[in-house]
Amino acid sequence: MTDLLAARAQMAMSLAFHILFAIVGMAMPLLMVIAERRHRRTGDPIYRELSERWAKGTAIMFAVGAVSGTVLSFELGLLWPQFMAFAGPIIGMPFSLEGFAFFLEAIFLGIFLYGRDRVSPRVHLFSGVMVLLAGTASAAFVLCANAWMNTPAGFTGDPATGATSVEPFAAMWNPAAFSEVLHMTCAAFASVGFAVAGIHAAMLLRGVRRELHRPALKIALTVGAVFALLQPITGDVAAKHVAEHQPIKLAAMEGHWDTERGAPFRIFGWPDEQAEETRWALEIPYLLSFLAHGDPHAEVVGLKDFPRDERPPVAVVHVAFQIMVGCGLAMIAVAGLGATFAARRRELPDWYLRLLVVSAPLGVIAIEAGWTVTEVGRQPWIVQGILRTADAVTPTPHLVIPFLTFTGLYVLLGVTVIVLLRRVVFAADRDKKHGPSNMLSGTSATEAP
Amino acid sequence: MTSELMIAGVMLVALVLYTLTGGADFGGGVWQLLAWGPRKGAQRRLVDDSIKPIWEANHVWLILLIVLLFVCFPTAFAAVCIALHLPLALMLVGIVLRGSAFVFSHYDPLRGRGALRWGGVFAVSSLLTPITLGVVLGALGSGFDVDPATGLVDTDFVSEWLAPYPLAVGLFTLALFAFLAAVYLVNETDDPELRADFRARALGSAVAVAATASLAYLVAPPVIRHDLSASPWATPLHLATGLVAVAALVALWTRRDGLARASAMAQVTLIVVGWAVAQYPYLAYPGYTIAGTAAPASVLTPILVALAVGGVVLFPSLAYLFVVFKRRPGA
Ligand code: HDD
Ligand code: HEM
Ligand code: HEM
Repeated sequence: MTDLLAARAQMAMSLAFHILFAIVGMAMPLLMVIAERRHRRTGDPIYRELSERWAKGTAIMFAVGAVSGTVLSFELGLLWPQFMAFAGPIIGMPFSLEGFAFFLEAIFLGIFLYGRDRVSPRVHLFSGVMVLLAGTASAAFVLCANAWMNTPAGFTGDPATGATSVEPFAAMWNPAAFSEVLHMTCAAFASVGFAVAGIHAAMLLRGVRRELHRPALKIALTVGAVFALLQPITGDVAAKHVAEHQPIKLAAMEGHWDTERGAPFRIFGWPDEQAEETRWALEIPYLLSFLAHGDPHAEVVGLKDFPRDERPPVAVVHVAFQIMVGCGLAMIAVAGLGATFAARRRELPDWYLRLLVVSAPLGVIAIEAGWTVTEVGRQPWIVQGILRTADAVTPTPHLVIPFLTFTGLYVLLGVTVIVLLRRVVFAADRDKKHGPSNMLSGTSATEAP
Repeated sequence: MTSELMIAGVMLVALVLYTLTGGADFGGGVWQLLAWGPRKGAQRRLVDDSIKPIWEANHVWLILLIVLLFVCFPTAFAAVCIALHLPLALMLVGIVLRGSAFVFSHYDPLRGRGALRWGGVFAVSSLLTPITLGVVLGALGSGFDVDPATGLVDTDFVSEWLAPYPLAVGLFTLALFAFLAAVYLVNETDDPELRADFRARALGSAVAVAATASLAYLVAPPVIRHDLSASPWATPLHLATGLVAVAALVALWTRRDGLARASAMAQVTLIVVGWAVAQYPYLAYPGYTIAGTAAPASVLTPILVALAVGGVVLFPSLAYLFVVFKRRPGA
């Protein structure tokens, strides 16, 4: 493994890991605030219990999100020092603002999780709302930084001289920022909604504590479904931006080789980079031109217009794009079904609960795939058109060792989080079934010696 | 004062606050590792309860520090990241293990039965991070030359930090964090026996602080002892540090615990400030100065404004967090 490859693998692994926890930190506060508000409105203790149960899982996920994020902020320099020496000042504004957002998030999360008995109910709910706002804001800021890598703006100078003059806000509000923030924020709420709904559906299928899991499922599924239905719209906005600013990425997403008018949209298929063609694809005529430029006869640039050393790995990008869109369509179908049941005020049948269990990972898969599209589709550039990834990597040797170390560490953490969440989520109900429980009596068992 | 100096000042404040808060959290881990005697369980629980609600917030100071470094002094950040890759990576391993192990052991409803024995990991990683953090800070004092051919730092990736002085600073940092944590923990409980336990630990670790400080002084290379300590402020700072250190000891001995806490905090603050004064005007000696690596003014000025505006929101919230959780029951 070359050092460059090891660095890319470590970056991709760390980001793919962090995002799992980051989306929980963004979306779970919304679910908790909804439950908390219901509790205050109705006085029903079940909503309070729900909010507390969710809070426990969130605290675990949040901690891992915070430490893996810390690793990332160092990794940017440990792996890509030349990139940071150049880009650091330019995208410094979103990163600095993000720092404050993290602070607010961490402060109010502490109050929300541990301060229920120390502050008034009003302040408690307010801290939940602050966690939600600060979490979403911090994600938006980091997305602006990432969008700048796709559509760099707001500076003069180049990587050799360093940035000479910078307009921090022009860099932050670069062309891709809006569509990325919009699409990714919706993605976080959609995927967490689906994942949580799947867990509660599984509990309902086991027949434990329906009075708790039914309202839980309802809240989670509503949030998941609303954002899943928005997702193709925000995705279309993103695609139009990519078509305009990164035509080569769009061509790779579609496995589109020849520049043509009235370009077809390809479903499935395998792009062959040697032969420069995409085999076995289902082609829908004119659709790509329409989706990319809003006109069925518009011209769509193909990969052959670019030299080979400026093309991203086409097959990876194309397949990842198919996976994301496929998951998105499946989520819409599941959400739509749920909406019909709700409209007819019908009890959710068991087969639908089973479907929800199966659908639980769809959003998360779509997120990982979508990031693969964005990041791999930008290759060979770390900053589109300005700095190549290969020129940004650190001269430090033996990078495969940190790559393997952090991979091992994250595997260990991932396994532990799963075991622990199972204990926290399921042990409670098991106790309830087989005798008195201390998990559910107001304060948690972990508080006791 | 120039903008880059103001930002360096903010970074110093962040480092001081990280030491006073996050550093003490790591120190708490040391006392969990070393818990002994009849009140072993109670000691561990006290550490756990004192850290739980605030560690996330404490930890953001480090993030703020690193973000300001790469935004405002980008080439210094790149140089440090290249030359100190290994100790920084180890520090991160410690941060990851400690943060997650702490939460895992706290939330595990079965309390670590079976495969999940995280309490020990939390404690051991509490050693790794302070030592490597100290190594990094110690290493900044020498060996960062710019390679004229590449424009990057001229380094063999090892010799900057694998030297007696940085390693001694690492041990000193560990002792200092443990001392700070012990003094805080005395003030965290009303139980007289626990207070006595941690008072004894505070006194013991004060001895370790003095010993490791002397060690660091003995092994310091001449540049550190002379060039980097030539500031006219050095002597008054050393004197002041010595005074508050003695004050902390006397206060502990005479059981004026609140005073002990204030003196320990002043002592640690003065040590960090003293380090920064010695280091001035270098971020990494001798190739990377504050002025020489600063980003253009068009970056620094808006960041200063953002820091000021952010501070207005941040400090009241932070104060509120500490009021909610650090107000002693009944006090
Ligand atoms: C729940 C997750 C999810 C779902 C269902 C979808 N996406 Fe997506 N997509 C993401 C999650 C995501 C993401 C992980 O959040 C990305 C990566 C970067 C970003 O900003 O969003 C992304 C990126 C991304 C990009 C690349 C943007 C860039 O490179 O800057 C495009 C063009 C689309 N998406 C389009 C779509 C379309 C047309 C969908 C139709 C259903 C769709 N996405 C569903
Ligand atoms: C799309 C990508 C990302 C999103 C949506 C995102 C979002 C978040 C969110 C919501 C949190 C709060 C903690 C949590 O919820 O678990 C978080 C934590 C963190 N993230 Fe990320 N992040 C992303 C990528 C990054 C990157 C690239 C970096 C580093 C440069 C980073 C640095 C951090 C840090 C330092 C924390 C810890 C903050 C704390 O201690 O509270 N994140 N991230
Ligand atoms: C959290 C969601 C993200 C995921 C899953 C993700 C995924 C990836 C992947 C797969 C790569 C490797 C691409 C390749 O080398 O072929 C990569 C590279 C990279 N990403 Fe992301 N990314 C995410 C968000 C971000 C954000 C928010 C930033 C910056 C603010 C960022 C900065 C980078 C950098 C600097 C590289 C290395 C250079 C490069 O390969 O271009 N990423 N990421």
